[in-house]
Amino acid sequence: MGEKQLMKGNEAIAEAAIRAGMTCYFGYPITPQNEIPAYMAKHLPKRGGTFIQAESEIAAINMVYGAACTGARAMTSSSSPGISLKQEGISYLVGARLPAVIVNIARGGPGLGNIAPSQADYFQAVKGGGHGDYHMVVYTPETVQEAADLTMKAFDVADEYRNPVLILGDAILGQMMEPLIFKEPSGRKFDKSSWILGNRKGRKSHLINSLSLSEGVVEQWNWELKKKFDLMAGKETMVEEYMTEDADVIFVAYGTSARICRSVVNQARKQGIRTGLIRPITVWPFPSETIAGRAKKTKHFFVVEMSLGQMIEDVRLAVLGNATIHFHGRPGGGVPAEPDIMKQLKEILQS
Amino acid sequence: MKKVYERNNIAFDMPSPYCPGCGHGVIHRLVIDAIKENRQEDNTIFMAPVGCSILSYTYLDLDVCQPAHGRTPAAATGIKRALPDSLVILYQGDGDLAAIGTAEIIHAANRGENITAIFVNNAIYGMTGGQMAPTTLVGQTATTCPYGRNPKDGQGYPIRVCELLQSLGGVTYAARTSVHSAPNVLKTKKAIQTGIENQMAKKGFSIIEILSACPVNWGMTPEKANQFVANEMIDYYPLGDFKKDGKIIQRSDH
Amino acid sequence: MAKKGKIEVRIEHCKGCGLCITACKQEAIALSPADVTNSYGYPYLTMINENCTGCTMCAIMCPDQAIDVYRE
Ligand SMILES: Cc1ncc(C[n+]2csc(CCOP(=O)(O)OP(=O)(O)O)c2C)c(N)n1
Ligand code: SF4
Ligand code: SF4
Ligand code: SF4
Ligand SMILES: [Mg+2]
Repeated sequence: MGEKQLMKGNEAIAEAAIRAGMTCYFGYPITPQNEIPAYMAKHLPKRGGTFIQAESEIAAINMVYGAACTGARAMTSSSSPGISLKQEGISYLVGARLPAVIVNIARGGPGLGNIAPSQADYFQAVKGGGHGDYHMVVYTPETVQEAADLTMKAFDVADEYRNPVLILGDAILGQMMEPLIFKEPSGRKFDKSSWILGNRKGRKSHLINSLSLSEGVVEQWNWELKKKFDLMAGKETMVEEYMTEDADVIFVAYGTSARICRSVVNQARKQGIRTGLIRPITVWPFPSETIAGRAKKTKHFFVVEMSLGQMIEDVRLAVLGNATIHFHGRPGGGVPAEPDIMKQLKEILQS
Repeated sequence: MKKVYERNNIAFDMPSPYCPGCGHGVIHRLVIDAIKENRQEDNTIFMAPVGCSILSYTYLDLDVCQPAHGRTPAAATGIKRALPDSLVILYQGDGDLAAIGTAEIIHAANRGENITAIFVNNAIYGMTGGQMAPTTLVGQTATTCPYGRNPKDGQGYPIRVCELLQSLGGVTYAARTSVHSAPNVLKTKKAIQTGIENQMAKKGFSIIEILSACPVNWGMTPEKANQFVANEMIDYYPLGDFKKDGKIIQRSDH
Repeated sequence: MAKKGKIEVRIEHCKGCGLCITACKQEAIALSPADVTNSYGYPYLTMINENCTGCTMCAIMCPDQAIDVYRE
């Protein structure tokens, strides 16, 4: 175990990525994630990697595409408007079956919006912001420690499935300082020799692409992708349940919203209100079974998001009419306030 | 009798995947000849663009990467940075390089990425059926400029890529050649060899712009199409070196 | 006297574009008649006399690597 350090979420993500063996980072400046490229510029070349400040987010994700073709662990990061520009590249990464890690330290939108924290990129992240039938594992860390841990894990999951993985945070996670201890990377080895490009002595040539004009081929690829997505859905779902056992109202929230809800749960418990929290750690795959299981007993689900309400649709699908769903959301960079949530919680209990 | 010219077996045993008389076929051959002469078959990564030459992967027995339309230079950058000793051939059409991918090519060139760019200027969008390209000549017709390209009508001027890129510090070599006749094919071969030598000597970014016929979408026979290159295109796109060993070559063409 | 040469054509690879014919200064080659084609339906390149010098210009112009050249 390493020693305790105090770091911003952005820096912790950057350091964790380097420790996980990431050697190729490509980024473009945008607040509130600028600490990531700055950290990479300062540390990555000294530790044997490559940093490029690309000409755009589009270029950066395509540099990731190229580096991933060689088997290198590659990463890019940005914030909402820049992540929109990466959608084409993400679709191509999935289509070409390339591993990569993408970080979105989300901010208020739509448009240029602001630089305040937001969860309004949920649909883009989990429903496929790019074209075609695709999914990727989306991690939503709540703390700086978890951001570092999930970043390390993201590289393994990307390599295991040959698929991009997204880390979805927000301005609060990126900017806040917390103590953390870097875990040892898993050390898992992935044999990429059957598909990577370069140094081809003694093997047949390899092709990385996502195009076929032959009849039925792309459909077949999609069926194979589906098998992979099903496998990911079965194996990679992560969720935390907090005091849900006897809860009359269960919050469903992720990331910063979950942090706020956890605090509300603690206060409410002190007042004798039985409430709990289901916190999706992956929002794709979504922990529908956990929610569905609780919906058999608990009558009220209370979704809190920093958006007009996006994850609530997946909660609805999981609850399937077995409980009442309530919502508290703040769009455009607004952060839910604990007293407002508490007030609404009490109204729900009186209803 | 002695065999003095034989097919290059970096290409699979099949005709090129292109239309009769298409310049891409000739240029592919020149590229694989240079790869072979430099014994780089096992070390080459060929970047196939979105455009007719996306089909190069069906023809070339090389490691091939095929990125999104225009993003080819960025993907090539990622590959070269991860594998600095590989030989990266960046192959692009005029739509890929000079329209949708303008930012990517300028910045890859400006960073001096140590790669060799082969820019196939056929003044048209071949793959999508003959639309106006950024390099379509003034007056030349295409499905999206059916009355002839007219800059006065808001359709812009044909972009001279070598002239545009030669000023960038990262560019070590920029040359324009053509494949419309045998002597010009031989000059193109030399230019490609220079571009590959530069990369092997880690000199930075080289670009060889090659004027090339698209008989099908120009609506001409292959012979007429090559005459069009000789009589019309070279007039606007003068041939020769624009930069060598990092030095801009002063010219009086235009 | 000019050297003697000959070419061999990979008939199935030839698309009958004729670029080789324009390149041949010896006028030694021509396409097959329009009704004599390879299996793709293209007329293909043939030698029409003994004038070939093995200069390789035809092969250099061929987009489809259909020509091999021999020289004495
Ligand atoms: C994002 C995107 N936009 C448009 C296309 C359609 N498209 C395919 S090839 C092409 C033009 C290619 O022209 P060029 O680069 O000149 O290559 P050529 O076929 O002439 O060799 C276009 C517009 C695409 N594949 N992707
Ligand atoms: S459309 Fe034009 S560029 Fe494309 S293969 Fe045919 S001749 Fe060549
Ligand atoms: S080798 Fe030369 S002379 Fe012989 S057919 Fe070809 S171009 Fe003509
Ligand atoms: S140039 Fe090649 S493809 Fe064209 S006619 Fe001659 S041999 Fe055939
Ligand atoms: Mg073109």
